[in-house]
Amino acid sequence: MEVGQLQRKFVDYTASLFCEGFLDEQFTQLQQLQDESNPDFVVEVVSLFFEDTEKLLNDLTRALDQQSVDFKKVDAHVHQLKGSSSSIGAQRVRNACIAFRNFCEEQNTDACSKCLLQVKQEYSLVKNKLDTLFRLEQQIVEAGGAVPMVG
Amino acid sequence: MDVGGVSSTSSSFLGMGDYGEEPHVLAVDDNLIDRKLVEKLLKNSSCKVTTAENGLRALEYLGLRDDQQNTLNGSGLKVNMIITDYCMPGMTGYELLKKIKESSILKEVPVVIMSSENIPTRINKCLQEGAQMFMLKPLKQADVKKLRGQLMKHRN
Repeated sequence: MEVGQLQRKFVDYTASLFCEGFLDEQFTQLQQLQDESNPDFVVEVVSLFFEDTEKLLNDLTRALDQQSVDFKKVDAHVHQLKGSSSSIGAQRVRNACIAFRNFCEEQNTDACSKCLLQVKQEYSLVKNKLDTLFRLEQQIVEAGGAVPMVG
Repeated sequence: MDVGGVSSTSSSFLGMGDYGEEPHVLAVDDNLIDRKLVEKLLKNSSCKVTTAENGLRALEYLGLRDDQQNTLNGSGLKVNMIITDYCMPGMTGYELLKKIKESSILKEVPVVIMSSENIPTRINKCLQEGAQMFMLKPLKQADVKKLRGQLMKHRN
């Protein structure tokens, strides 16, 4: 595919992610922070987010699996995840965390388990989307083009 | 680079030539992603940044830990502003704020509290304890630029 086509694909794909609510304007903030002194800033932060989230999801799975669930601990993990997803603009993950916290407060194990599943699904979706987006960026750069700013 | 404890990185962007050196900000947050974000936001606003992952590490850096002598040897004097998250395990941002305001050496250093939760009683509590400003997370470039403006006025 030639550069122009790739760039159009990139613009359309980015727009769809915002439209479908996977990303919100905080992601745009991240993109705007990227500059010559830090050309990989977005990828770096998002990679940190992936690593951090995977660890949190494991911790949450373990915590909810206990005989006697420590809801304070569960809530603390969800609070962390809500914070980081919010900071990178992963809107649907953030919203899933908000629902999750409500059930933590109610100390409802069943509902919490369902929420965890939901969070995992939303995370998996946004991870796929972002991986695709970054791959597209890479293709553009390799084809000698500039990555369009969409926002 | 943040290696878990405290780390410093210098901004190469010298936008405020008139004022000589860049302000040095200590940013405290237990969330790794937020630390990276606030560091970049501050560097983009021509600040030198040191990050700490919790209140205790921040106090150590400032030379304010209980078992440290309250001398001028701590890095406290080199810090122009402290920005801290409110919700942190162990010591909250509010408790950190109190310790800073109790210090004869550091009480004049502006402290900004950040939180993802917009709770008026929390905000008032912090402002009453002497916080310069309360900022809602996630932080945006515009918020930090405003803060930078305030900091320059504070220096004058």
